[in-house]
Amino acid sequence: MSTSGIESGQAISHSSTIARRQAVTSDKAACLGRMIEIRLIEDRVIELFGEGLIPGTTHTSQGQEAVALGIAGATRPDDTVVCTYRGHGIALALGMLPEAVLGEILGRQIGCMGGLGGSMHLSDPSVGLLPTMAIVGASVPVAAGAALTAQVLGTDRVAVSVFGDGATNIGGFHEGLNLASIWRLPVVFVCENNLYGEYSRINRTTPVADLALRAAGYAIPSETVDGQDVDAVRDAVERAAARARKGDGPSFLEAKTYRYSGHSRSDKATYRPEGELEAWLERDPIRLYGDKLVAAGTLDEDGIERIWAEQRAALEATLARVLESPRPTTAHMFTRVAASES
Amino acid sequence: MNQAITLAIREEMERDPTVVVFGEDIAEAEGPFKTSEGLLERFGPVRVRDTPISEMGFLGAAVGAALTGLRPVVEIMFIEFLGVALDQVVTEAAMMHYLSGGRLNAPLTVRASSGSGLGFGCQHSQTLERWLLGTPGLKLAVASGARSAYGLTKAAIRDPDPVVVLEPRTLYGRREEFEPNEDAVVPLGVGEIARQGGDVTVVALGQTVAVALEAAAQAEGFDAEVIDLRTLMPWDKEIVERSVSKTGRLVTIEENQLTGGWGAEIASHVASRCQTSLRAPVARVTAPDVHVPYGSELELRFLPSAEYAATQIAALVSTGKAPEHWWEKER
Repeated sequence: MSTSGIESGQAISHSSTIARRQAVTSDKAACLGRMIEIRLIEDRVIELFGEGLIPGTTHTSQGQEAVALGIAGATRPDDTVVCTYRGHGIALALGMLPEAVLGEILGRQIGCMGGLGGSMHLSDPSVGLLPTMAIVGASVPVAAGAALTAQVLGTDRVAVSVFGDGATNIGGFHEGLNLASIWRLPVVFVCENNLYGEYSRINRTTPVADLALRAAGYAIPSETVDGQDVDAVRDAVERAAARARKGDGPSFLEAKTYRYSGHSRSDKATYRPEGELEAWLERDPIRLYGDKLVAAGTLDEDGIERIWAEQRAALEATLARVLESPRPTTAHMFTRVAASES
Repeated sequence: MNQAITLAIREEMERDPTVVVFGEDIAEAEGPFKTSEGLLERFGPVRVRDTPISEMGFLGAAVGAALTGLRPVVEIMFIEFLGVALDQVVTEAAMMHYLSGGRLNAPLTVRASSGSGLGFGCQHSQTLERWLLGTPGLKLAVASGARSAYGLTKAAIRDPDPVVVLEPRTLYGRREEFEPNEDAVVPLGVGEIARQGGDVTVVALGQTVAVALEAAAQAEGFDAEVIDLRTLMPWDKEIVERSVSKTGRLVTIEENQLTGGWGAEIASHVASRCQTSLRAPVARVTAPDVHVPYGSELELRFLPSAEYAATQIAALVSTGKAPEHWWEKER
């Protein structure tokens, strides 16, 4: 009857993305491995940009891997995630294939939208990722809408809206929170507070340091979590998602985190106070989680080294495949402009 | 016309349980223009919802809902209010199919009242098609009465892409007899010959369709063929080209101001593609490049009247030259 939304999607290979998602949900080593995968890909993206292989701009997320994995580990592939242009890490955490992500960033046909979208536009409905949005704040009400679908159709799916601290100053954020609260929508708002909105430090743009305070104005329960601790993020998202699935409405999580890079590739982040980056590097989320797994006896140092080595090798293989893939042709430019013409 | 719109929405909600309706004052109050009477009672508060005054919020929610399996029909009370939410239509909804690599689509209908003639003043009287023109992935239709409103609304709700349907506010209370059935569904992108004629093709839209028909009826010295374009994106090039190849003349009658109006697109297409058929330059009848004035006399002066349109068309046909606009002559 209805051909709207995800149901109308073309047949795609779900098995590998779903398996990647399930791995980080159930397996701690796989979760650490995914964080490392993200770090290595983001670092390589910066290098590839320098080599002139990536057009335009790119926004990387080194330092924020725990938030991405915390969300992926606490939600299901049939939940919906709406996030921003700083989305490489979340896309990979949710289970998108590295070649689909890296291919899109490099503008190749193997990319998730055939190389026509670029670094800021990743999506994969098989793991619930709506197209990442390059307009600050736009994703917040859109996530409320995905939650509305769950409420109207009576499913127990939740929507997760991921945005930065900068987005909490734009109208869409406030309108989205208000609507979600008044309609008791099953949505989890996750604010990645990395202290900088583009080039400006939060204290210069935002009158409150704790963004969770903003949820109170919409009668939305909130929680502040250590965004460098993947378990803390996952537990908080799980609590919020459970509330949403029960019909108790939206929640707001502020994850205190840090982006090691500048806003985009052209930003050298010279505005940061001396020592700030170094202090955050002391609490690197990958190292914190690795140390925790060693302390718990889940892995030893050699095991962690093996994961790094495996991920490095996997990245080389992925990159080779991506670079073999051609760029889109003129004919591709004329496709998928409108669903009625596709 | 408001009853025809309500009926169209009601029938689509009956046939498809994923159709939901929301907007400001549309549920309990049944719509400021009475375009949702009885919907809350029939379908309940899960599918028929009042929203806060929060266009970016509820349009964004409509985009998210459309991407995940619903067919939202949202009401923007006055088209001007779309300004605070334009991102969600132009930069989000219209690009979602493309940005998902063709895996998702956003079957969303945005209804908005538009236009002048009721004395609302300049911030509640614009047509603003030009905000949306030239947006790939988006469709735009304009109702000219109860029959086309019914047909366009049903087509918009069924369409796989986001569609904006403009409803000229002066027409809500206007009556028109028609049979509301499947045959009355208006395919998007297809215009209609509202009156046959041989001397000049007059392309009209929304509330200027009635202006064009009246101008044609009172015409002296020309026999006009009037086309109700009905959809601006995509617009029916074939029906216009066919008519111009017969008449050799083109006049657009637009409610909007001259600069950047939709008629410029039609005129440029016809001027470059139908040049061998043309016996006169293309001419546009529009409002002047001023804000819509408040109050009946000046507001009526702003809008192209049937008398003015008839004068301009007659001048084009008799002289073979595009006549000056009234404000060029008077000021």
